[in-house]
Amino acid sequence: MAQTRREMLIDPLVDNNPITLQVLGICSALAVTSSLQVAFVMSIAVTAVTAFSSMFISMIRNQIPGSIRIIVQMVIIASLVIIVDQVLKAYAYEISKTLSVFVGLIITNCIVMGRAEAFAMKNPPIASFIDGIGNGLGYGLILMLVGVIRELFGSGSLFGITIMETVNNGGWYVPNGLLLLPPSAFFVIGLLIWAFRSWKPEQVEAREYKIQVVEAH
Amino acid sequence: MGPIRRFLALPPDSVPKTVFVAVTLCLLASMVVSAVAVSLRPVQEINKLKDKQINILQVAGVYDPEVDVLEAFAAFEPHVLELATGEFTDKFDAATFDDRAAADNPETSVALEDDPAGIGRQSRFVTVYLLRDDAGAIDRVILPIHGYGLWSTLYGFIALEANGNDIFGLQFYSHAETPGLGAEVDNPRWKALWPGKRLADEDGNLQITVARAAPPAGADFHVDALAGATLTSVGVNNLVRFWMSEAGYAPFLENLKAGEI
Repeated sequence: MAQTRREMLIDPLVDNNPITLQVLGICSALAVTSSLQVAFVMSIAVTAVTAFSSMFISMIRNQIPGSIRIIVQMVIIASLVIIVDQVLKAYAYEISKTLSVFVGLIITNCIVMGRAEAFAMKNPPIASFIDGIGNGLGYGLILMLVGVIRELFGSGSLFGITIMETVNNGGWYVPNGLLLLPPSAFFVIGLLIWAFRSWKPEQVEAREYKIQVVEAH
Repeated sequence: MGPIRRFLALPPDSVPKTVFVAVTLCLLASMVVSAVAVSLRPVQEINKLKDKQINILQVAGVYDPEVDVLEAFAAFEPHVLELATGEFTDKFDAATFDDRAAADNPETSVALEDDPAGIGRQSRFVTVYLLRDDAGAIDRVILPIHGYGLWSTLYGFIALEANGNDIFGLQFYSHAETPGLGAEVDNPRWKALWPGKRLADEDGNLQITVARAAPPAGADFHVDALAGATLTSVGVNNLVRFWMSEAGYAPFLENLKAGEI
């Protein structure tokens, strides 16, 4: 193991972030970031699912037949997601109503599959668990950043607590309705990726092609 | 070597091992999932029930977060109402009657020809709630309503005063309208427009409207539409008018006015 556990936990936050560098898990990042509370619960749910699915997959990695390995991973991930969904419905009903289908869609979140296939299939359980936590937190970090921007400027509040009184409620702030709609998360995430890559230029991918000036005939 | 050992010695990619792993994993996973689902079901059911009850309490204006929901809700009398006759029926148990399931069941519902609320099938029976005052007289009636907005069916309740014509409040508990625009149906400032409005004029004509400008009948029958949410407002207008019409609660409200409830 080249990486220490500490690195495994810290690395996915900025240097190898699943959203900004690997550009995975965008779908749910668009859908659940219009309010911070929901984004927060989603981050925890994804972190838990990634960590435990990586751990369980790693525990049986030597028994998984190569021909059905993706299905085996999916079964484990899907079971964990259903458990998370059921627990949310039982103990956080209000939030589970807002998250609705997006908890179920964690199954298709590429981060979970990505870590299972890229890391857990080749590494021992504890390392896989920590790697899952790290990647979940990396996802959560971006979700929270996007959530802060969208909720603050879209509804003038943070975690549901009013920061800027909106016009609808008799205040002065005219909320930017675009930020409440999913497409705005594209812009925000795009800007974040830009910011991250300006800060750490080594994250910029090599060009796959180059536009050349050709002499006119 | 025994058969079990021989099996264990097989490489993971062999066919028997593959089938074995697939079957075992599926069995284990389904056992864990069903165990969790079954053990959490009672808590979930209570949550769902509480959520609906909180909405009923809110629309009736008696919700207090400090008071236990089930306790506060005990003051309400649920009844199953037959819409066509406007009378309560004993055919179903009001505590367990499921309005939405009844709307899907051909035996208890009708397909609507004239369907301004966009609901397709309408249940012939609905659960309504009565709130009595200390003397035992009806104080408020809480009637479930639903209909299509822009993206989704809005489910809610309307609370009426005992005279069956004055609105006490209106609230939706489930919808998926546009956040910031149509979803402003949840905004307390908009909901505050409803109390004190009247359904029908002195001649008994249904006048209540949700519109941009006040109708000729006057401001008593007019709720200002939501800015930027024309289609949601039209949907709310249609569904409220539909449920208050002959196809909806009109027979019941007649009985209520005549003091026969």
